[in-house]
Order: sequence, then C-alpha cells, then structure tokens
Amino acid sequence: MAGESNRDVDAITGRTTTGHEWDGIRELNTPLPRWWLWMFYATIIWSIGYWIVYPAWPLVTTNTKGLFGWNTRSAIVEDLDALRAQRAPYTSRIAAASPEEIISDPQLLSFARAMGRPAFVENCAPCHGAGGGGAKGYPNLNDDDWLWGGTLADLELTIRHGIRSGDEKGRQGAMPAFGRDGILQRAEIAAAADFVRSLAGLPVAPEANLALGKKVFADNCAACHGDDGKGKREIGAPNLTDAIWLYGSDRQTIIEGIWNGRGGVMPAWERRLDDTTIKALTVYVHTLGGGEK
Amino acid sequence: MAAPPLAPAEPGALYAPARRIYPQSVSGRFRRIKWAVLVVTLGIYYLLPFVRWDRGPGAPSQAVLIDFPGRRFYFFFIEIWPQEVYYITGLLILAAMTLFLMNAVAGRIWCGYLCPQTVWTDLFLQIERLIEGDRRERMRLDAEPWTLRKVVLKATKHFLWLMVAWWTGGAWVLYFADAPTLVKALASGEAPFIAYAWIGILTFTTYFLAGHMREQVCTYMCPWPRIQAALTDEYALNVTYRYDRGEPRGSIKKNALLRQQGLPAGDCVDCLQCVHVCPTGVDIRKGLQLDCIQCGLCIDACDAVMNKIGRPPGLIGYDTELNIQRRLQGQPPIFKPVRTRTVLYAAIIAVVGLGMLYSLAVRSTVGVSVIHDRNPVFVQLSDGGIRNAYTIRILNKALEARSFLLMIEGLLAPEIEVIGSAPNPDGQFVLEVGPDQTREVRALVTVHRPPPSPSTPVTFRVIEMRSGEHAKASDHFRAP
Repeated sequence: MAGESNRDVDAITGRTTTGHEWDGIRELNTPLPRWWLWMFYATIIWSIGYWIVYPAWPLVTTNTKGLFGWNTRSAIVEDLDALRAQRAPYTSRIAAASPEEIISDPQLLSFARAMGRPAFVENCAPCHGAGGGGAKGYPNLNDDDWLWGGTLADLELTIRHGIRSGDEKGRQGAMPAFGRDGILQRAEIAAAADFVRSLAGLPVAPEANLALGKKVFADNCAACHGDDGKGKREIGAPNLTDAIWLYGSDRQTIIEGIWNGRGGVMPAWERRLDDTTIKALTVYVHTLGGGEK
Repeated sequence: MAAPPLAPAEPGALYAPARRIYPQSVSGRFRRIKWAVLVVTLGIYYLLPFVRWDRGPGAPSQAVLIDFPGRRFYFFFIEIWPQEVYYITGLLILAAMTLFLMNAVAGRIWCGYLCPQTVWTDLFLQIERLIEGDRRERMRLDAEPWTLRKVVLKATKHFLWLMVAWWTGGAWVLYFADAPTLVKALASGEAPFIAYAWIGILTFTTYFLAGHMREQVCTYMCPWPRIQAALTDEYALNVTYRYDRGEPRGSIKKNALLRQQGLPAGDCVDCLQCVHVCPTGVDIRKGLQLDCIQCGLCIDACDAVMNKIGRPPGLIGYDTELNIQRRLQGQPPIFKPVRTRTVLYAAIIAVVGLGMLYSLAVRSTVGVSVIHDRNPVFVQLSDGGIRNAYTIRILNKALEARSFLLMIEGLLAPEIEVIGSAPNPDGQFVLEVGPDQTREVRALVTVHRPPPSPSTPVTFRVIEMRSGEHAKASDHFRAP
C-alpha cells in the first residue's frame, strides 16, 4: 500500500496522497506539524525516564525497583503518617479528655465518633454488624437493653476486658445447661419456658403448666434472673420481661437456651487497641442511641 | 481549504516544519478595538484579586476568591457552597450559548478578540515588535548570523516574555488565597509549595503557548475552529474578502488602464498587506478557512491601502458569501442578525441567566440534610417502642452564629433526642451553628406506639430562632 506509491498526486486537488487506499478512495496527505512528532518522541523519552525512576519492569521473581526505591506501600505509609500528624491535635485532646467531657463538647464528640466508627467497623462489626445492629446471639448496641450495663464506664470495661474472654477483669457469668446436665426434666424445662414467656407478656398455650413453671423458675432461675425476672447486670443475666430477646422469644428457642445454657463470648480489646481508640469506641457505642447516664 | 500554515513540505512528506510568521504592525479601527479588549481583559485578570469586599469580621475580604480549603467560592456579594456547584454549570451553559450567539452573529469574535490565547499572543507579539522591530527587521534579524546585538535582542525579548508569563502565573494563584497576604508570602519565600508550583506551570504554559506556539494552538490544538465551522450558517458575518469587488486583481496601473477601457478590473492590487499583518499567516483572499481567527486586522490593513490608492474602503470586511453572490447577481445584500438560531440562543441565555438570578435572589441561608441510619434501619426498644436514628446536617450560610430549632413532622407523639445536646425547658432542641458553617448531629426519634406502616414519611424542619427562616428535608420513619 505505502512505499513508492506515496508520491501519488490526487488529480482533483493537486495534492499528494498518503498512498493509503480503501476501495479506490485515497487519503490526501495533510502533513502533521513537525513539533507534534517531537512531542511524540518526547513522551517516549519521558516514559524511559519513568522506567528508570519508578518500579517498572517485571523480572522473574521480582521487579525493577527504580532509582529512589519509591513504591505504593511506602507511599501509603507516608500518607497515613501524615494523616495521623494532621489529626494529632484532636487525637491528643481525645486522649486527655474523659468520655463525659467528649460527649458534652460538640467538636470533640464529632471527632470521636468519626474516629470510633472505622474502629468499630474494623473490629466490632463482624459480630455486632456494621451499624451495631447485632444478630442472634450478638447484642444490638443501639437499643436500651444492656446485659452488662450501658454507662460509659460499663462500656469501657466491657470493651477493654471482654465477656467470658479469659481476661480476669472481664465480665463473668454463665447460664448452666439445665437439660443437658440433667438438672431439670424435659417437662420442667418446657413449663419454665412457658412461664418465662408469660413474664414478658407473650402468649402461652392454654394447656401450659404455669404453676410448675413458676416453681421451677423460683428454684433454679431466680437466683440470677431475679424473682421478678428482670435480670442482674453484675452477672450478665438478661431481663426476661422486656421486648428484647438476644436469641429469640419463641418457645423452642427459650427451651433450647434452658437445655443447653447460654454464654456468648466477647474478646478483650485492651491489648489490641490503644487507649484513645478504646475511648473513641466507648463514645461511639454510647452515642449509637442506647447509652445510659 | 487552504494549506495549513506550514512551510512547503517536500511532496509526500508526512510531517512539515512550522512556518515562521512575522505579523506586521497595523493600525486602524479593529486594531484599536483589539487594544481596548486587551487592556480591559488583562487588566481584569491581573488586578481583580486585589479588589477588596468587606464581608465582616472572620470572613475573607477578597472580592473574588476560590477558597479550596474552606470549600467556598466568593464573588463580590455572592458566596457559593460546594453543593451549589450547579451555578458553575449554569455559567458554563451561559458561556457556551454566548459563544454560539457571537458565532451566529459575527463569526469567530471569541477567537479574534477575546480568547486568552489571542490576547496573550497579541501582547507577546507587541513585545517582540518593541525589541526586534517590525516584520522586515525581524525577518532580517532572524536571517542574520549570531552577533552580540542579536543575542542581546533575543535575550531581552525572552526575558520580557518570561516576566509577563511569570506575572500571569503569579496573578493566577492570587485567586486562590488572600492576594496581599500571598504576595508578601511569595516575596519572602514563605508561600506554600503549591503556589510556587502553579506559578511555575503557568509561567511555562504562557511563555510557551503565547511566545512559541501562537497560531499553532488555534490550528492544531483548539477544538473550537472545527466546532465553529459546523455551527455557522450562510447569514453569519465573517471576515470576508469581497472578491466580487476585488477580482480580477492586478497592479494599480494595469487595473486603472483596464478600467479606462471599460474592461473588468478589481480593486485588489495584490499588495499582500492583508497576508503580512495576519497573526496566523493566512491569505484571506482564499476565503473562509480554519486557520483564520477573524481578528479583523486584514480589514485595517486593506482599508489603509484602499485609502492610499483612492478606492473606497471595505474590500475586506465583515460580510457573507451569500451577499457576494447576491451582489454578483445585481441584488442588494441582506443582513439578518435576527434569525431562528440567534433568537434561540438569546432565549436560552435569557432563560438560564434569569433562572440563575432568580435562584440567587431567593436562595435560603438555612439548609438541612438528613441521612437515615442504614444499619439498623430501626431499633426495637425494651418497652416495645421503635427508634430510628438520623444524621442531620444543618447549614448556616449566614456570616454570624445562629440557633436553629429542630423539629420533626409526620409522627404521632415523637420523642426527639440529639446526642450530646440537652433540650431546653420546653423539651425542644435548639442547636447553635457557627458562622458560615455546618453542624452535623445524630438525632434519635422514638415512638412508643409503633406506627402501623413499616415506612412513615416524615419531615425534618430547622427554624432559625430570630428570623424564622427555615428549611426542611424529607425522610422516612421505619418500623417492623
């Protein structure tokens, strides 16, 4: 196509053609400016500079590193350091203030929540959900029902030391497996479950033996859950009379709980997170909605 | 189409070197208009950052300021927040339509008089003329071998070019920070690196584009000539060589002789003045062409020649191909500035402009936006009540701190709680927002008797305590 024929002259315009021909149509030669060509070469030279300065070519087991050893990982580390330095004035104020002081200062509260949210999503969300909404067996942190207390001090202690985490300062408490360990008979457990449902105002079947259930409850459950079933926070025994059920309020689930016992575990975060992050997390969880004074 | 402004390439060459163009100085009506436009536009550009505008304490006192860190744009009495960026869209529509309207009325007015590339190139050419002389001297100088005089002249020219370019870059950064403060900081070397970087970049682009690239920018880089050619019509005035009057061209004597004999003789004496003054080096006598920026300088040059040889001016002028054809057929020329497209463009300009003015005039200094918690969408409380959580951002666009009452409408007996704030004795939440700031709060809305519907529309309203000015945002209250 090209070659010798690119000296062809178009008969009508009198201009040379590029020699390219498609179905008898030839392209007129409109020369590009030379500087355009120079710029094209300049970009090639520029790219060679890039190969030398930056990591560029894959080798068999590694890659060329570039003159200054720049890489994306170290760039991110630098960026994060710069971010920390930028946040330092606020972070240090969070570190110096008590959670109560943080909540009463709109600016600090805003920063603590912004700091607490990513910490929550990274560390807490796998069990409690991205917004702290909870799941079966994992408490909803937005509501007003707390197993171990919802004041700032309660929350901080729970976050630091966990629940049944093995940390000796952590929350301790266990519900026995009344059925599996043979403490109660099947009928007694079923009656207790019906009685518990009646405590919460939930409907029970007319044939339910509430009298037996009440006796079983008084003998076995009241020690922890209280005579009135309102629970005891010191040992994490839930309130059985309210509308919130960690595992579910249907009869079968309650029977299952009495038979096998319950005991969710939350890790201690004291050694995994720094004090400022724990404080921000405490404020964040407290301000989700359920925080107690 | 005319050949591009390149040196004659060897036949078949795919690349051609740029041709040196030595535009000759010219005087006349259009040159005066161009000088006036140059002084006004460059004056605005260089001096506007220093114009002060008192907005009260704590607010910037610069009339035109693009405050990136503060996310505000100030233009005299107008202050634009980032979410009002649609005003910029409106300005862009106005700019495009004005460009189209100018084009429909009189061709490439923008290219010839107003485009920064044209204005700065004009300025750079004038500096070149001051140092190196007019067309002939410059051509002679470039042909000369390198002597001390040539080195001094060239160095002086490039130095002055760089000074103008540097000043151009310097003025640019002043639009992004308080100008007097930044000037002091720049002079003492204490300005942020980014300011120096931008001055450097704009110094380079100005020097390179206005000093070296010149008409190549218009011919090869700019998309507008291509778009312009597609938008024009037969009634749009363009800088036109009236060949009905000019042809056949010939020398003064030859054409005078022809005229005496009653033979056809044109007014064009082929003096090439129109070509010599052209900043893009085209020959207007070849007709409308992409490289012609329609600056009108050839009109001035030709009129001067026509005056000298005693012929009427206007051999080159703003005219249309249509009129040339009509004159050739003995019909009167027609000028139709009012046609469907010009009316349409003007109407769009009027509608968009009035719409923007109206929205600027009535826009509120209060704003509120609401985001419903996505997870969980609602919370069941121990007493059976339902609570929804919202992130509410209150905007205070006034330059003073103001207090806003937060209300929710659409629910029966809702309880509102704002995290970190205490209610007033009436149980209402009044939130103070700093001057020209926003404040984000987390609000909890609780209903003890759950609404029958899983989704109830609600309205959040913020009311400014003193003026009663208010804003609202709609959302939903979710329930099982």
